[in-house]
Amino acid sequence: MEEFLQLRDIRKSFVGVYALKGVDFSIRPNEIHCLVGENGSGKSTLIKIISGVLQPDSGEIFVEGRKMDHMEAAASLARGIHVIYQDLSLFPNLSVAENIALSEIEEIGRSLIDWRQVHSIARAAMERIKVDIPLEALVGELPIGLQQLVAICRALTSDLKLLILDEPTASLTKHDIDNLLRVVRDMQQAGIAVMFVSHKLNEIFEVAERITVLRDGVSVGTLPREELTNEKLVGLMTGKTITETRFAFEAMPEAGQPLLEVRGLSKKNNFADISFSLSAGEIVGITGVIGSGRTELALALFGISPADEGEILVDGKRVTVRNVQDAVDAGIAYVPENRLVQGLIMKQSVADNIIASVLKRILTPLRLIDPQQRRHRVEEWVEALGIKVSDADVPVQTLSGGNQQRVVIAKWLATNPKILILDGPTVGIIRELAGRGMGVLLISDEVGEVVTNCNRILLMRSGRIRSEIRAEGIHADEVQRLVEAGA
Amino acid sequence: MNVLKRLLRQNEAYLGVLIVVLCIVITIANPSFLTFENIAGFLKSYSMIGIMAVGTLFVLILGGTPDVSFTAIAQVVEYAVVVMTLAFGGNIFVAILAAAIMGTIMGLVNGFVIHYFRVPTIIVTIATFNIYFGMMYVITRGKLINNIPIMFKQFGNVLLFPTQSKIGGTYGLSLHPLIWLAALLIGWFILRRTFLGRSIYAMGGNEVAAERVGIRTMWTRVFVFAFVGLLSGVAGVVHVSIVQSVVPNIIVGKELEVIAAVVIGGASVFGGRGTITGTFLGVLLFAILNNGLTLLSISSYWYNVTIGVVITTAITVSAYQQLRQSRTRVNVKIEA
Repeated sequence: MEEFLQLRDIRKSFVGVYALKGVDFSIRPNEIHCLVGENGSGKSTLIKIISGVLQPDSGEIFVEGRKMDHMEAAASLARGIHVIYQDLSLFPNLSVAENIALSEIEEIGRSLIDWRQVHSIARAAMERIKVDIPLEALVGELPIGLQQLVAICRALTSDLKLLILDEPTASLTKHDIDNLLRVVRDMQQAGIAVMFVSHKLNEIFEVAERITVLRDGVSVGTLPREELTNEKLVGLMTGKTITETRFAFEAMPEAGQPLLEVRGLSKKNNFADISFSLSAGEIVGITGVIGSGRTELALALFGISPADEGEILVDGKRVTVRNVQDAVDAGIAYVPENRLVQGLIMKQSVADNIIASVLKRILTPLRLIDPQQRRHRVEEWVEALGIKVSDADVPVQTLSGGNQQRVVIAKWLATNPKILILDGPTVGIIRELAGRGMGVLLISDEVGEVVTNCNRILLMRSGRIRSEIRAEGIHADEVQRLVEAGA
Repeated sequence: MNVLKRLLRQNEAYLGVLIVVLCIVITIANPSFLTFENIAGFLKSYSMIGIMAVGTLFVLILGGTPDVSFTAIAQVVEYAVVVMTLAFGGNIFVAILAAAIMGTIMGLVNGFVIHYFRVPTIIVTIATFNIYFGMMYVITRGKLINNIPIMFKQFGNVLLFPTQSKIGGTYGLSLHPLIWLAALLIGWFILRRTFLGRSIYAMGGNEVAAERVGIRTMWTRVFVFAFVGLLSGVAGVVHVSIVQSVVPNIIVGKELEVIAAVVIGGASVFGGRGTITGTFLGVLLFAILNNGLTLLSISSYWYNVTIGVVITTAITVSAYQQLRQSRTRVNVKIEA
C-alpha cells in the first residue's frame, strides 16, 4: 500500500545543536503507528516538522506521494494532518459544541454565529466516533478522558487523514484508555491514520501495527508489533541492553524501629485504611492504576491534602501532618508527578528554586538571606545532582526536562529529609540515597521500574493496599498482571 | 429539573433574587421607591456607569487585567466635545459621533500597545489614563465649563411618557437609559451572535488554542479596546447631558465602581466568563443600593461601605463553594 506520509533523512538543528540527525518515518493510510523515544530523543521536534510548525534543515517530505517543498502549518492542516497536543488546546470556558465546531466555523468564514449550525457540526463529529457528550456541558468541567474525545471530535470536523496524538494516555484512567483505543480503531475503519507519540511503553502498543523508535535524534528502527518485545524496545530506546541489576536492601545494623510507620490512614473519597512501614535504607514501591489512590496517599503524607484519620509515626514518634510545613518539619520530602505545576517556579532562577525550601536555614542574625550560604548551598546541589547549567541564576524554564527534574529533587534534598516520596519519576540517585539511610517511597505505574528499584512493592486498588509483594525474584510481568487485575 | 439546577447555579439567579429582596425591603420602608419617577431617576443617573460596564465586561472576558483608562477617555471626550461644539456648533448627533470617534481612537492606542508590547492591560491603561487625563489638564488648566451648548440640555430634557407630578413638576423616562439599553443590546449581539464575540470568549479561555484554531487574536484584542473607547466616548456625552456642566475631574475615579459592578455580575477576573445579563444586574444592584440609602435617609457615605460588603460577601461565598466542592470531590472510589 502507498504511504500517506513519508519522511526521508530529516535533519534539524537549533543554534548548532542537532535535535534531529537523520530521521526516516512513514505511515500508511489507516495505519496505527507508534513513535516512541525517551525524553529529548526528538519526538516533539519531529511532530512540529510534520505539522509544519518547524521547517527541517534538510530531508524530504512526501504526502500522498507528492513531494512537499515547503510545508507550512496551514499546508499541513490542508492535507488533513492534525495534532492533538498533550495540553489538548481546548477552551475550558466554552461548551462542548463550541469547542468542536469553532475551527470549522472559522473555516467557513461566517461572521455571524448560527447556534443550530454549531450544534449540528458537533453532533456530526461525535456520531463519527460514536460518542455522546452533552453538547452544552462546559469542557472545563468534563473529566480529562472526555476532554480528549472532544479534542478528537474537533479534529474530525476537518477532512482528517492523519491524527497525531502526543502523549495521549499520560493522565487517563484504564477505562478512558480503552475508550480511546476503541475510538482510534473506529477511525482506522474510516480510513484515518493515527500516530501515537509516547515516551513510555504502555497500552497503546497493543493496537499499533508498526512502531518507530527514536533515539538521540535518529530513527533507530521501525518494526511491526509482532516482532517487538519489551526488552528489544527498551534496548532500542536506550541503546543499552538491559542488564538489570536489582536493588538489594540490607537492613541498617543499628536500625531498630521503622523510619516511617503509617497506621490506618484514611481520607474520605481518596483512600482508606492504609497501613505500612518503611525502614531506613529501604525503597518501597507503591503502584496501581490511575485512580487507585496512590498519588492521593502521597499528597496526604506530605500534608497537601491531609488525611482525615489514622496515625503517622516518624522514628517511632507520632507526628501530626496538617500541612506541608508539618511534613517538612517531620523530615518528609515530596517530588511531585508534575514538576511544572507542583514543583518549580519556572520563571525563577535555578538557585532560587533550590533554596526555596530552606530559606529559614540560611538567614543571617538579622533574618536576611546570607548570600554566601546561598551560593554555597546552590553549588553543593548543582554539583551533587549533576545539573547541567552554565549559571545557576538562569530561569528554570530554560533548562531541559531532565535538568528541571533534578532541580526539584535538589530543592527537596536540601531540606535534608529522612523520608523521600518520589511520585512518578525515577532517578538514578535513589539507590545511593537509600544507601545513606534515607527511606524512599517510589510511586509509579511503571511496573518495570518499581520492580528493579524497590525491595518491597505495595499494590493499591480502589483506595486500599491490596497486597504487599517482595520484589526479590519476582518478574515484572507478574506484577503487571496483578495491577491490571486490580483495575 | 435540569433547567432549574442550571438556573440556580448561575450567578445571575442569585443576583436577581438579591435585587428583588432589596426592592421589597426598600419599598416597605419607603413606598416611593417603587414609583415610575424614582425608577426612571436612578436608571438615568446610572446610565453612564451602565454603558461603561459593557466595555469593562468585554475586557474581563478577553482575559488579563482590567482596563482602568476608560473613565479618563470619557472625561477627555466630554470636555473636548463641549469645547468643539461651543466653537463650531453642530447638533447632538454630530456630537455623539465625534465623541465615539475620539473615544475609539484612544481605545485603539491602548489596544495596539497592549497587543504589540505584551504589557498587562492594567499597566498600559494606568499609563494612558495619566497621559489622556494629564494632557487635558495641561491644555485646559482644569477650567470648569458651565455654559454648555443648549443641544446637550435639550437632549437631556427629552422625556418619554411625561407625567405630571403632585408637586407640580414634570417627570418621565429620559433618553439616557435607552442609550444604556442600546449598549447592552449591541454588546449582547456581539458576544452571543458573532464569531468575533465567541473569539473574545475563546481568547479568554485559552489564547494559545485560539490562535491554533485560526482566530485573529490581534484584531480581536484591538477591537475590544476600541469598543471600550467608543462606549466611553458615548458615556461622556451621556454624562454631560445629565449634569449639564463640565467638571473636569468628576468622571475619573468611577472606574473601580464600574469594574466592581461587572465582577458582581459574574464576570471572571481570570477571563473567559461573563454575561451581559449579569453585568446589567450588577449595575442595577449598585443603582438600587445607592437609591435605597437615599430613600432610607442614610448618609451617602454608607454607599461605599455597602458596596464593599456586597463585594466581599459575593467573593467569599463563591470561594467557599469552590472549597466545599474540592473537599467533597471523589478522587478515588473506595471499595469495601
